[in-house]
Amino acid sequence: MQIQMNVNGADRSADIEARTLLVHFLREDLGLTGTNVGCDTSSCGACTVHVNGESVKSCTMLAVSANGETVTTIEGLASGGEMHPMQTSFMENHGLQCGYCTPGMVMASVSLLKENPNPSEAEVREGLEGNLCRCTGYHNIVKAVLAAAG
Amino acid sequence: MIPSKFDYVAVDSAEAAIAALTEHGDEAKLMAGGHSLIPLMKFRLANPTVVVDIGKVQDLSYINDGGDHIAIGALTRHMAVETSDLLKAEVPLLAHCASQVGDPSVRHRGTIGGSLAHSDAASDLPAALLALNGSVVAKGPSGERVIAADDLFAGFLENSLADDEMITEVRVPKMAGAGWSYQKFNRRAQDWAIVGVAAVLNGSAGVGLVNMSSMPMRASAVEEALAGGASHADAAQKAADGGTPPEDLNGDAEYRTHLAKVLVERALTEAASRKS
Amino acid sequence: MTAVMGSPRLRKEDPALLTGENKFVDDIQAVGQLWMGMVRSPFAHAKVNGINAEPAKSMPGVYAVYTGAELMDMGLWAAPLPCAWPVTPDMVNPPHYPVATDEVHHVGEIVAVVLADSRYEAADAVEKVEVDYAELPAVGSVEAALTDAATAHSDHATNKAFTWALEPNPDGVNDAFANAAHTVTGEFLQQRLIPAAMEPRGVLAIPSPHGGDITMYTSTQVPHILKVMMAATTGISEAKIRIIAPAVGGGFGAKLNVNPDESLALTLANKLGRPVRWTETRTEAAFSTHQGRGQRQKIEVAADADGKLLGVRVHLDADMGAYMMLITPGVPLLGSFLYTGVYDVPAFGFTCDGWFTNLTPTDAYRGAGRPEASYAIERAMDMLAQKVGITPEEVRRRNYLGGGDAFENLDVASTLTFDSGHYGPNLDMALNMAKIADLRAEQQRRRDAGESKQLGIGLCTYVEICGLAPSRALAGLAYGAGGWEAGTVRMLPTGKVEVVTGSTPHGQGHETSWSMIVADKLGVDPDDVEVLHSDTAISPLGLDTYGSRSLAVGGVAISMACDKVIDKARLIAAHQLEANPDDLEFESGRFGVKGSPDKGLLIQEVAYGAFTAHNLPDGMEPNINEQMVFDPPNFAFPFGTHVAVVEVDENTGETTLLDYIAVDDCGNQVNPLIVEGQVHGGIVQGVAQALFEGAEYDEDGQCKNPSFLDYLVPSAMEVPSIKTDYTYTPSTSNPMGVKGVGEAGTIGSAAAVINGICDALSPYGVSDIEMPASPMRVWKTIQDAKAGA
Repeated sequence: MQIQMNVNGADRSADIEARTLLVHFLREDLGLTGTNVGCDTSSCGACTVHVNGESVKSCTMLAVSANGETVTTIEGLASGGEMHPMQTSFMENHGLQCGYCTPGMVMASVSLLKENPNPSEAEVREGLEGNLCRCTGYHNIVKAVLAAAG
Repeated sequence: MIPSKFDYVAVDSAEAAIAALTEHGDEAKLMAGGHSLIPLMKFRLANPTVVVDIGKVQDLSYINDGGDHIAIGALTRHMAVETSDLLKAEVPLLAHCASQVGDPSVRHRGTIGGSLAHSDAASDLPAALLALNGSVVAKGPSGERVIAADDLFAGFLENSLADDEMITEVRVPKMAGAGWSYQKFNRRAQDWAIVGVAAVLNGSAGVGLVNMSSMPMRASAVEEALAGGASHADAAQKAADGGTPPEDLNGDAEYRTHLAKVLVERALTEAASRKS
Repeated sequence: MTAVMGSPRLRKEDPALLTGENKFVDDIQAVGQLWMGMVRSPFAHAKVNGINAEPAKSMPGVYAVYTGAELMDMGLWAAPLPCAWPVTPDMVNPPHYPVATDEVHHVGEIVAVVLADSRYEAADAVEKVEVDYAELPAVGSVEAALTDAATAHSDHATNKAFTWALEPNPDGVNDAFANAAHTVTGEFLQQRLIPAAMEPRGVLAIPSPHGGDITMYTSTQVPHILKVMMAATTGISEAKIRIIAPAVGGGFGAKLNVNPDESLALTLANKLGRPVRWTETRTEAAFSTHQGRGQRQKIEVAADADGKLLGVRVHLDADMGAYMMLITPGVPLLGSFLYTGVYDVPAFGFTCDGWFTNLTPTDAYRGAGRPEASYAIERAMDMLAQKVGITPEEVRRRNYLGGGDAFENLDVASTLTFDSGHYGPNLDMALNMAKIADLRAEQQRRRDAGESKQLGIGLCTYVEICGLAPSRALAGLAYGAGGWEAGTVRMLPTGKVEVVTGSTPHGQGHETSWSMIVADKLGVDPDDVEVLHSDTAISPLGLDTYGSRSLAVGGVAISMACDKVIDKARLIAAHQLEANPDDLEFESGRFGVKGSPDKGLLIQEVAYGAFTAHNLPDGMEPNINEQMVFDPPNFAFPFGTHVAVVEVDENTGETTLLDYIAVDDCGNQVNPLIVEGQVHGGIVQGVAQALFEGAEYDEDGQCKNPSFLDYLVPSAMEVPSIKTDYTYTPSTSNPMGVKGVGEAGTIGSAAAVINGICDALSPYGVSDIEMPASPMRVWKTIQDAKAGA
């Protein structure tokens, strides 16, 4: 199937199988490998990207369903060589170790602050309930999101 | 974990969706947000040969004041239900219940109609629809019909929709001033409830249960006891009556039965405290 | 220059990881690559009567399908997959080939491999391979294995694989129990855990058919060990194999094995002349990656009337799973030395029986044997406190090694020599942070008020063994390799420093920490230090990352290599400054002549001089490129006190972790930011074992919860923020005084949480609860206790 979508500000089109998952389209057709796959049950959130500005799990969306939409991946977050404030905050608060959950965690966190710019610690934890991390114990991730909220 | 091959049809109206269903019969599956269907397809537990994508039917995403009820388009996302000021004011139970589905990323995609049509006893929203005495509008080739919550659920992942029907709207009575509560018990926040209880106190009581039977279930015995003047604690003892609780690693029948009693009592207590 | 060592420096690894720039194995593409799809047994134990691959071979995109028998006939295996730790001379070690030929021994064992052009086509074709199985009786648990009613391998007469004993003083142990005023017995289940590193394992092997060499990218902690083992398994010359661990998304022990998929990718790529790859799916990982724990423990403790320990006796029944993988049988033994904990125990005895089951093999998982040991002794100490009628902290104080005072190089009953310890102040700090008196008052208030949410305070004072390992000690344990680590420090002509380490990071921040060690030693900017690793062509010498060994062995090797750099640079500087080497002071990166403050050379200037070689002392080799291989004289023994504050709802059985306090002592710290991150993550993995996780099997050996839907890796919602602090007791095992911290959190936390739950439920007469303490299990335990009361 022919699809077209705006990814990180650029119009991209491709001819793909209907069953292609959005995450595989982004990774394998567009080479945007920053978005990771951590599970097969929509549980871990490593594949989180933004579709039309909202966080979604790209392993649980067909690429064809994103036809005509606007998609942002971790590669589209930094601009002009500067990391996004959320990325900087993760670095400053040691909110990552192996870095595998990190792109999804950052994308979910950006979406979280967009919907709730001044969250409490409990609200940050709740907002990240769908993103699993095995390294950090979440302590510094929560700290990073709170710091990014200012 | 990759779906089997299928043919994909994207439609822009309910009519087109129904036409596709009519054409392909039970080989076809409707997909709204995809959060019930795609996981099943990845495990190849569902292998539809045609997927009819209704995710972009724009005119089925709305939350409208219908006078004595609120009308919600079937393709309204959980996040929109959760954050709707109209629902928070008029049907706070539903808005809250939607906020308990999955996690935020799931709620950005999943839809109220998709969740109800999946008719999973473990889902949050069917219990709320039962407690609220809500209904759905089902559309088929021969027109629309309204199905009351009690008549919608028909078995394990089964409902009374015909193969060529789809839910287009969800209707929930306004409940401003009524007491309400949703008690969701699980081990991990993102997961399905081990047991959940939705309760409305509005003159009479409405109580819906999550995961206490093979299909979404009304706690009729609790409602009847309350109607007969029983205390919340006494009524709660009947929470599991008529249920056939599933057994899994998180709960056997004994534990679920116990939890249902505890949670029904908590729900009734909280609902009473919210009643104005 | 401000102090580098001990400062919370931000990680240089982070920008590439935060922007998605880093490449994990699955991110790397190779032209012409073939995807492997594994045909896996749905049965735990079965005969494979026949395989019909024809329907799969005609599927679109399918290149080939090979059965185990075909691969055997093709001569692709030089040896079965290795077990490097034959713990006893008579240990039973059934041959474990990457693809089964005639009998499968666990669910998910590979019986055939599909090669296809794409991931999707491989998945489609796997479904079309028809396998005729004849099911055999399965051994679905250690309990079943013990009976030998069925055997996991049908040609074995018993499921027992070995018996291993550490009994330095059997008469003393018997006397201790004969003379004890108090004895307690704890029987605990260390449930199987699915390691669940967030990056599933993956492999990509790229051959050079005419050059004869082959490069394998793999998600591993152990590229160096793997290189040796791949050569042994496939018969390809070790000198032709290059292993690269690119960005690796967590390991926790799960990525230190030699796996069927890696062997297959390597040998098939070599045979076919095409790149061959595979990436595990999450649910597949329950079968394709080893699991952790899986032990039944019995610990007996003898004490005098005051609760002073007289002896400790331990027996383990350890679940090997279906096969001996790289260090499967050694994992329970790693814990054997820690069953006396931080305590002065006069007499100690330990035995372990290893058992085969028809389950996924077990092997190392964060802590590997040591969390299990810590759990057993720390649970037993709480039981003893209750029996003696003193507080958990008091029973510990009465038994601390060295009386809780500082000690160095102390021999303990389990035959080891602890490098250093100072347990008393560490406990005090934790109790103060927890406000223990306030907590106990609140606990009593709730009890008096008859509230349904009980408060529990759980204590654990752990010690662990890290810095694996003195090679001679490993020889004593019959481990098939040494425990040294290599490091090279190379001065580049422009004054930058290139460091090569044999340690293989996968989230621990080695690049940052090693840069800090070098910067501190050489007086250069940490940003001028580049750390190279994880590629056997770049770092040919190494023994990789596991067992909290990186800093205490690999980091120390870097530090010692810096000393060699300074020694050589000093000779060059002295020559060029026309001074006596002994008259040079090296400070802040500059060699200065004593008494002549203006006369000196920066180390960068010396490096350039070493490169040009225009003016070197006679006979000196040009360049400064110094290697150190450090074999530690002893292990290192970090310790700490953890306090878990839990609330247990008696109506639902739900446990909520209200607060968690950790005071750890890992000796001198290089980067406290990284130390803290390791502690946080480790604690949550232990909490996960205590409350959430456990691979559950039915009696037929079927895993009931392989996916993330049912295997409950906790989220941010299930754990609290963690309060941390530290004491600093330098190690005597290495010149840096460092210990190790990667596993500490996990070693302390499971016992702390379960001790907390038992404390909360003590009014009901509950004295123990099995892990994971799920709400249902807690509720039923309360009901049973009430019924028995």
